Amino acid sequence: MERYDVVVIGGGPGGLAAAKGAREAGAEKVLLLERDSQAGGILNQCIHDGFGLHRYKTMLTGTEYALLARSEAYAAGVKVRTGAMVTGLTRSRIVTAVTRGGVFTYMAGAVVLATGCRERTRGAIAIPGSRPAGVYTAGTAQNLVNCKNLMIGKRVVILGSGDIGLIMARRLTLEGAQVLAVVEAREAPGGLERNVTQCLNDFKIPLYLRSTATKLFGTGRLTGVELSTVDEKGQPFPGTARRVDCDTLLLSVGLIPENELASLAGVALDPLTNGVQTDDYLQTSIPGIFSCGNCRRVMDLADFVSAQGQAAGVNAARFVQKRSLCLMPAESSDAMAKGMPKAGQFTCVLCPRGCRVRTTILGHVKGNRCEKGAAYARQEAKEPKRVLTTTLKRGDGTLLAVKSSAPVPRDRLREFAARLQTMTIPAGSIACGAVVLADPFGIGVDMVAAQ
Amino acid sequence: MAGEKRYDVLIIGGGAVGCAVARELGRYHCSVALVERCADVAAGASGRNSAVVHAGFNNPPGSLMAQMCVEGNQGFAALCQELDVPYKKTGKLLLALDLGDMATLLRLQTQGERSGCRGLELLGEEELHALLPQVEGIGAMHSPETGICDPFLYTVALAENALANGAEFFLKHPVTAIQRQPEGGFAVTAGGKVFHTRFVVNCAGLSSAQVAALAGVERYRIYPCRGQYFILDQVPKDYLPMPVYPVPKEGEGGLGVHLTPTVHGNVLLGPSAEYIDDPEDTASTKEILDQLFQQAQQLLPSLERGQIIGAYCGLRPKQTPPGKGGYRDFVIREEADCRGLINLIGIESPGLTASLPIARGVVGLIGQSMPLAEKEDFDPTRRGIPRFREKNAQGQAVLIARDPDYGEIFCRCQKVTKAEIRQAIENPLGVRTLSGIKYRAWATTGRCSGGYCLPKIAQLLTSEYGLAPEELFYREENSPLLTGRVK
Repeated sequence: MERYDVVVIGGGPGGLAAAKGAREAGAEKVLLLERDSQAGGILNQCIHDGFGLHRYKTMLTGTEYALLARSEAYAAGVKVRTGAMVTGLTRSRIVTAVTRGGVFTYMAGAVVLATGCRERTRGAIAIPGSRPAGVYTAGTAQNLVNCKNLMIGKRVVILGSGDIGLIMARRLTLEGAQVLAVVEAREAPGGLERNVTQCLNDFKIPLYLRSTATKLFGTGRLTGVELSTVDEKGQPFPGTARRVDCDTLLLSVGLIPENELASLAGVALDPLTNGVQTDDYLQTSIPGIFSCGNCRRVMDLADFVSAQGQAAGVNAARFVQKRSLCLMPAESSDAMAKGMPKAGQFTCVLCPRGCRVRTTILGHVKGNRCEKGAAYARQEAKEPKRVLTTTLKRGDGTLLAVKSSAPVPRDRLREFAARLQTMTIPAGSIACGAVVLADPFGIGVDMVAAQ
Repeated sequence: MAGEKRYDVLIIGGGAVGCAVARELGRYHCSVALVERCADVAAGASGRNSAVVHAGFNNPPGSLMAQMCVEGNQGFAALCQELDVPYKKTGKLLLALDLGDMATLLRLQTQGERSGCRGLELLGEEELHALLPQVEGIGAMHSPETGICDPFLYTVALAENALANGAEFFLKHPVTAIQRQPEGGFAVTAGGKVFHTRFVVNCAGLSSAQVAALAGVERYRIYPCRGQYFILDQVPKDYLPMPVYPVPKEGEGGLGVHLTPTVHGNVLLGPSAEYIDDPEDTASTKEILDQLFQQAQQLLPSLERGQIIGAYCGLRPKQTPPGKGGYRDFVIREEADCRGLINLIGIESPGLTASLPIARGVVGLIGQSMPLAEKEDFDPTRRGIPRFREKNAQGQAVLIARDPDYGEIFCRCQKVTKAEIRQAIENPLGVRTLSGIKYRAWATTGRCSGGYCLPKIAQLLTSEYGLAPEELFYREENSPLLTGRVK
């Protein structure tokens, strides 16, 4: 049995920042346990951009953010153990992990739970009908498509307008699938405004509010979904049912904090959200066990998860050192603009302030708090541009996450993505940021590695 | 003619009964084949039920149902040990909500005792709540001999044991014609192959009346009766230590909505009893699911909607028509007007519990007209996949030392390792579907419904087992999971 000052469970953005924070606060031996073969958590399948504005003051893809967070943890002297699934945790902070090398037990001076969340499934929301193949949660689809090079379907309906669902609507469109509809039972989309703009509106994907799936069809593979209009309580109005033929249904209907380990140790959970209950120092009901990020309360941005993880790690170290704990960062900062963007109004994505800017008919820009916002709004009004994020196939059939070195015209995204679909690059490792394809579209923009 | 084969016995249907017949025939010198229309065994009612090993008090004394259920119950533990499949004698409670229910329980107790059920006991309210404080009821009947099993693994194990003892299995071979031969015996066409056989054993469950009709026996009719279920997430051991049932009502097609713990630590809630027209319609409906939940809550008030992680449906092959309900006894007979055809009709509950006695009955019928010599090398035992989650830390370390794939957990909810998934993929029957892997390894069955492990399993199948993405099916070949590569 080995002894560590701080053991962090889970290597997503929260866990990586917690481990780094613990080291920086003076904890000598810090161990991070991650079940996957690489730390980074769900960021490793997030090839899209929209990360890092708050924490790193620059726009990154999820994979780039993960790379940065990993290197920071390694540089801080954290011992990272990957391929290690934690199966046991006790009140007295004894941690058991299963690896290909055997079962390991650690004694921890303090523990940080950073176990993230899981997606709500069809079973949990009990959609009636048959149980065909072709029904996936959005995150599972994201993993299959972005990491495993496995395509899930051709005609897709997305139930729920959470961010992962919106992101997947764009992702599948760029890979040649037809996204027929995004349906949301509430009166406003659940995801961020900028995702509604950039993932649905950019591609003219219809969004049906106050609607839900009331029945599935198909004995083998999904053949259709019955959609109905619902009232404010989510109950379908009779006579509104209509069938949409499709072969795939993605579910983006909420995230549930993943706390089986916390329960095992006896940590108190919020009975409503299943999130870990903590005090203002991120300490759980068991002294010496801390919690941060999505297993505590599902958050909007990885940046906020990292900030909270860092604080939890610092406090875990201070607990071991028997020093007073520090207050966690204010949570009000994670109020991001959500819902339906107003016509003609854009959320500027150039800095974390996220100003809502618009141009008047005279061409004046309103709502910006700096000059960058004005330029952004003028460009949006004239010719909207987006960074293209996608994957490229390597010679061995695996995928590499890539992005365009500069924004490209929004209206050509689909065309460019289609061109990249048929290209193959040599197998082997490529440094993040390296040019993979020089000016493939003839507009002076390269495709660079983003992982 | 090429593709034609000769057997002593051809079994139609790879449910629990068909596989039990194949397994019991393995004790003798005779050639046996089993044809199944689906891609795996236990694809019908055998794999879609409450997973309860009944004691036998529900059926009239002297009926085949009662006799074979009691016999099956009393031999179930030993059989599961031979087959290395999970079984737990939990006991069961029938909860009385009023005095009328208590009177019915008294009648069931007498009926059960006449059939040979052991230990049936009526409990008053205090005794009931001393045993299970969390349930409703003014009294109950306790049946200590009732148990729970994994009906899918049970059927798979019977099939694997039959295979090891010489039976041949033909999955994805639906029977399309049965020709009686002038010299005796049959030519059965299944999946485009012709099987010549002396005996046909019709274990086709829902399709048993149609199979009988193919052989010219047209007097049977089967009414599909749907049972919808909910699956609840894993619960602590003391949440529900044994199945709790309502008192059965006259004229219903089932035993009433009950709650059953499973050998895997979940709870099942159901079933409904709805006569339907389409024998393939295993869809769930909102009305019924809502009803089920309400009815179950009457037995267990602490039940919460948030505990639900899934739903499924089974279809009972009933002989009693809609409107009549209740049960008609199993038909197990060699047809006098069609010698060599052994029909098993209306094998609904308690068919799973009774499957081995039913199989012995079939062997007895065959033995009447064909000498059956015992094989000396029959091996009644079969080894299952060693389960990581069932071992203590030391046992887990031993497994990993032997095979590092045991150190790689694929299914986070159920703690199923890559080694177990591999063994499930390499199953003796050669089934490669996701549901086949799911039921053998128990992966994808947890609260995330495969969200975490499905991509890992898909990658394993495509990268290490050489399957094209389009060849990955959920159940049958009409259920592709993927449409190909992204690029």
